[in-house]
Amino acid sequence: MYIIVENLLQRLVTGIMVGSIYGLLCTGLGMIFGVIRVINFAQGELMVLGMYATMFIGGLLVLWLSVGSALGAYLAIFVVAAALGAVGWLIQKHLISYVSGFNASNSENQGHFAQLILTLGLSLVISNGALIVFGSSPRTVQSPLASSSVTIGPFSEGDILIFLNQARGIGCLVAIAVSIVLYLIVQKTRLGITMRAAADNPKAATLMGIDIEKSYATAFAIGTAATAIAGGLIAMYYPFHPYTGFEFVIIMYAGVVLGGMGSMLGAFWGGFTMGLVQQLSTYFLPFQLQNATIFLLFLVVVLLRPQGLFGKNVERA
Amino acid sequence: MLIPVTKGPQLVMIGAVSAFMAVCSLWISNPYYQLILSTVPIWATVALTWNLFSGYTGLISFGHATFFGLGAFTVALLFIKLGISPWYGLMVAFMVGGCASVIIGSITFRLRGHYFAIAMLAYPTLFIFLFDWMGWQELTFPIVHDHPMQFMQFKDGRVYTLMGVGLMTLTLLLTLYIERSRFGLAMMSIKQNEMAAQAAGISTFRVKMLGFVLSGALGALVGGFHAVVLQVVTPHGVLGTVVSAQALILTLFGGVGTLWGPVIGASFLVPLTEGLRAELGHILPGIQGVIYGLTIMIVIIAAPEGLYWKIRDLLNQKGHESPKLKKERQQISLKCVDSTHVSNSNILLQVAGVSKAFGGLQALNNVNFEVRENEILGIIGPNGAGKTTLFNVLNGFQIPDAGVITFSNQNTTGQGPHQLCSIGMGRTFQVSRPFLRMNVFDNVLVGALGVCKDSDHAKQLAQQALDKVGMGEMNDQSIQSLTNLELRLLELARALASQPKLLLLDETMAGLGAAEVEAILQVIQNLPSQGITIVIIEHTMQAMMRLVDRMVVLDHGQVIAQGLPQKVMAEPEVINAYLGKKWMSLHASH
Repeated sequence: MYIIVENLLQRLVTGIMVGSIYGLLCTGLGMIFGVIRVINFAQGELMVLGMYATMFIGGLLVLWLSVGSALGAYLAIFVVAAALGAVGWLIQKHLISYVSGFNASNSENQGHFAQLILTLGLSLVISNGALIVFGSSPRTVQSPLASSSVTIGPFSEGDILIFLNQARGIGCLVAIAVSIVLYLIVQKTRLGITMRAAADNPKAATLMGIDIEKSYATAFAIGTAATAIAGGLIAMYYPFHPYTGFEFVIIMYAGVVLGGMGSMLGAFWGGFTMGLVQQLSTYFLPFQLQNATIFLLFLVVVLLRPQGLFGKNVERA
Repeated sequence: MLIPVTKGPQLVMIGAVSAFMAVCSLWISNPYYQLILSTVPIWATVALTWNLFSGYTGLISFGHATFFGLGAFTVALLFIKLGISPWYGLMVAFMVGGCASVIIGSITFRLRGHYFAIAMLAYPTLFIFLFDWMGWQELTFPIVHDHPMQFMQFKDGRVYTLMGVGLMTLTLLLTLYIERSRFGLAMMSIKQNEMAAQAAGISTFRVKMLGFVLSGALGALVGGFHAVVLQVVTPHGVLGTVVSAQALILTLFGGVGTLWGPVIGASFLVPLTEGLRAELGHILPGIQGVIYGLTIMIVIIAAPEGLYWKIRDLLNQKGHESPKLKKERQQISLKCVDSTHVSNSNILLQVAGVSKAFGGLQALNNVNFEVRENEILGIIGPNGAGKTTLFNVLNGFQIPDAGVITFSNQNTTGQGPHQLCSIGMGRTFQVSRPFLRMNVFDNVLVGALGVCKDSDHAKQLAQQALDKVGMGEMNDQSIQSLTNLELRLLELARALASQPKLLLLDETMAGLGAAEVEAILQVIQNLPSQGITIVIIEHTMQAMMRLVDRMVVLDHGQVIAQGLPQKVMAEPEVINAYLGKKWMSLHASH
């Protein structure tokens, strides 16, 4: 009896930690998808770039600042966010803008077809480029946290003990903090308001003097940075290789659609649900079906609630 | 006869391309080139089957691998577990693909646009996990020693290539036939504007489903064939995102929603991939992916709609549209059911106690009014008064919470847009979105399809509708060359082509200048004498006062006044609610 409760609680806790990080992952994608309405297939590869960047920059910081490897990795995240943000800005400004917004408003389907090809091409270039540069062997961000844990309990007179993996635990806290900052930026700042206006009605926003190309580039930059940070956090407990992006991009999109497009919060909770269900399902199902559950859940939600768990958008239904 | 003679030029082209591929495959003996040659038609067919649904309806699917993979696994499992020959297996695969499409379609058609595309990603992923778990990580076809032909095992690889070419040819013919059919036009009208298509009398769900089933069944067939050629099936190989992505890339690269786009894409990109892999793959693993990725990026920036349209646009710049196109268009084959309706009463539309709420917002609250035959009724009201909701309820986009709508003596409450359209309810939209790649005539022909199933009759109706709005001479003109006014008239003509008894006009004159308003007014004024009753929403008050016989004023979802325009406008309640004090003072000063 206690063993069942312990197992369930253990998975619940792990699920909350992993879910928070997935939440940040999806928040990043949700920014790009929500503001620019572009399906970015390269988001998974941008995440992988974030993983490699965290690994290398973390290593450099350890050397330069002579800090511990764990601290180096977390400090690296700031640099990674800035670097990948710049990459995102450039991608929107010099690639996607050719086939979106006003440049595409006269072509059939508003350039959606071309956007798909462009981001698919980009994802191929990045993942195969990473293969050339970094090789195919799996890597991780070295830190002692991945193999150490905090114990909670014992509860029920010592029968229940729960372990918190430190890499996941700290990752979860960082992810929640970054998500809150992003939420405040979008909701409260001038930057956020112009971005939301550009998302809602690009033409009206332009007439109000908003430079929507700039809003789009900013959204892409922030979205890329958020996903890269989440990638870095995942990399601290999960081995990755150049093609890891493919695994995650599907989870990301499922999370965003699951949560609903109404708000950034929707994307976060969508990702959170993905992580939670993925972890909990390991208790009931064999390992291979772990990911199958999240897609099954996804389809059930689509069937019962097409606007997503937290969405209000009616146009999609 | 399935294929009318006039598709001649395209048929010749299909024959020539297929023959060319077949001759090449027989002639080339180098096994490496032979391999490339056999993969081109297979991938061209995969892309064609994707294009058949996604290309023509505009509903992009990221999950085409589902069908490809299910087909492959069906053939492999039947052969390996039950010893059933792939010849039969392929037939079963075809049916499995069709059935899977029905199930997947009924779940996923609830979503539109990007959401549909993304949701489709889930299916192949689910099957990968499922098949992995079932222990089918790699299924290898056993070699048959007796009668290998009966199990589709040929010593000479060229047989497979020829079969692949045959499959491609069949799919091309089917695509050609559908493209020129009433069904094809219906799919294309969904791509343009699903709501407008419904309002034009097309059952969009059925059209989408039929297209999806065809695409899925054929996708499974080619998946099964691919498995037979390779003699091995793995979940990631046939269900992986790469398969879906390839279908999409090949089609979009060549030209989406076109007959030749997928073939062009496959002919360029498949040899490129294979060549790069062979030449560079072993020197620097990954370089082939980088070059491939860069190639498609560069091409798509130069030709965002694909190579086919780029080439066509370049050719078209030299001369204008060829008369051949017109001829081809006129051959569109349609069938006919007559839809005449008799009404005995003076009242054409009766709205009784209709209410509709969205959450807490009461958009319509106990609305009552009637529309008499051959009158022009204006509906005015401030923004948010519920005017467009009223139209949506009237033509069936939304079902009222309460109340009864009677249209030509039938209770039509709760009927769908296409049913209502077929009994004579037409509608235009605030925002007109014509079909950019169709000429004026075809745009209007889409409107005639819902009510009429005879080819000549439909064309007559379309022509009449164009004549009514004064655009009878502009049939071949492209949409891009139309003025704002002409676009509105086109929208009107499309609605007229569906032979409405009652036409709902949603802000047809919004944003037009005085002279243009005048032109539209004249067209609308003439309609009642031709037996068409009009209900119009409009903000241009000047025009409204001149145009309408009676007015209904809505405010906060309620009818606050109705009657003759002059009388209605004099009622203080109306002035207060709608026009406000400013108008009163202005009016007083005159």
